[in-house]
Amino acid sequence: MSAPMISLESLTSTTTMNQLLATAKSGACTSSSCGSSAKPDDFDPAIWEKIKDHPCYSEEAHHYFARMHVAVAPACNIQCNYCNRKYDCANESRPGVVSEKLTPDQALRKIVAVANEVPQLSVLGIAGPGDACYDWKKTKATFERVAREIPDIKLCLSTNGLALPDHVGELADMNVDHVTITINMVDPDVGAKIYPWIFHDHRRYTGLEAAKILHDRQMSGLEMLTARGILTKINSVMIPGINDEHLLEVNKWVKERGAFLHNVMPLISNPAHGTHYGLTGQRGPQADELKALQDRLDGGAKLMRHCRQCRADAVGLLGEDRGREFTLDQIPGEVSYDASKREAYREVVARERGDHVAAKKEAIGMIKAAGSIGTLSFAVATKGGGRINEHFGHAKEFQVYEASASGISFVGHRKVEQYCRGGWGEEHALETVIAALEGIDIVLCAKIGDCPKDQLREAGTRAIDDYGYDYIETAISALYAEESGAEPLTATA
Amino acid sequence: MAFRIIASQCTQCGACEFECPSGAIKFKGEAYVIDPNKCTECKEAFELQQCAYVCPVPKTCVPAPA
Repeated sequence: MSAPMISLESLTSTTTMNQLLATAKSGACTSSSCGSSAKPDDFDPAIWEKIKDHPCYSEEAHHYFARMHVAVAPACNIQCNYCNRKYDCANESRPGVVSEKLTPDQALRKIVAVANEVPQLSVLGIAGPGDACYDWKKTKATFERVAREIPDIKLCLSTNGLALPDHVGELADMNVDHVTITINMVDPDVGAKIYPWIFHDHRRYTGLEAAKILHDRQMSGLEMLTARGILTKINSVMIPGINDEHLLEVNKWVKERGAFLHNVMPLISNPAHGTHYGLTGQRGPQADELKALQDRLDGGAKLMRHCRQCRADAVGLLGEDRGREFTLDQIPGEVSYDASKREAYREVVARERGDHVAAKKEAIGMIKAAGSIGTLSFAVATKGGGRINEHFGHAKEFQVYEASASGISFVGHRKVEQYCRGGWGEEHALETVIAALEGIDIVLCAKIGDCPKDQLREAGTRAIDDYGYDYIETAISALYAEESGAEPLTATA
Repeated sequence: MAFRIIASQCTQCGACEFECPSGAIKFKGEAYVIDPNKCTECKEAFELQQCAYVCPVPKTCVPAPA
């Protein structure tokens, strides 16, 4: 299509530096400022500058950039009913879970090792496994070391908010420009059902009193961050029967106090996790319940729909976790930072993004010009870069898009068991993948075999691999136009 | 008069270490340990024992047997 095919893949999978730099320099434009043309129309330029490389704050950026979390802050000052602090498993992927706690010095070594190997790395976050603001000395020591070594890395943290008002000044001084606060309630009566206790001002508080203090501190922390121009994301855990309806109210409160983004995540609840909710049978929401609530919240504080609820030691693009490649025992005692890979990658991304934005614009124009045919849903297998570049059988998740007369929107993702391992497909895995794709009209992937394609068709989903390596929006608009127009879709199948 | 940490239940979060007003808690080997000679049970500093009240695991930071 329109893109010069200097693929991001060739950058991220390449092994030699010369190859990488040759790829980076092969394009026409080498100006680092050309990335600004990638700014979507709906953002203020100053805000776009802050979020354009942050995968968690910009859906658009999450196709290109990676984050890493370092688990330097294990201490916490509140107990949540969805959290069990004893839990630790390398196979679990969810917030608060971590396998290896690090000192600030160990964290620096790990961050440098990752920055040398993962060119997409743009953000360092501290997300516990406890609370980054409560375990402040370690958080601060880590940020200071990293900022000295890799000055262009973005620093961000996530907190329950209780200790946040004590550190907003220092956060601003250290140029931390993204903070996530987990806010599950704005009514202490609701809070008392979520938080059995808090530790504050050298005392343990319980019940309503605890929830009231937490609420007051969360709101004042948020207001202080907004006053300093620090972008805030509010994470809310959707707990059916406890705070699901109430999150509409939460959305209103945080929007009024300047929150940039609201991320509603499903409660993950399982007796084996040993959490209070897990043990008492509190269920998490179904995917459709979550989406229905997110749809009702649209129009309030801007919603984040691309969250993958990652671990407190995750490394990589949001859909992947390369944490296990970078455990301490695999990192040499001395590592020094080499900026070349990250710089080369950024140059290519800057160019690629401008092209992607142009392709997107064209795609949306095409959809708007086509007649309305209701909403079509797409599940896309992608490795990043905003392209359809993953084989059906290799996908561990599908990104879900909806196309309607109003345009194309990213609405979420569906995690699946990898169907193809070592060259052949596993029947059982295929069944679970098909179940996970229920309700999807069209699957887009780089390649798919005849057998899974037929089984998907029987389940009511068309799988199309004719648009392999195209931009996601380009394929969606072409199919949408085709569907609405004279030609039947079968012409492309 | 001192508190102690039951190592097998400790999550090693370290909150007790920095809440302790007497500097009595240190990470040793695999777990946090309270030095009984330094522990004051927070007398004269706080109303309640900081380590026991911040500990996320019930019955893990407890009075040491006399």
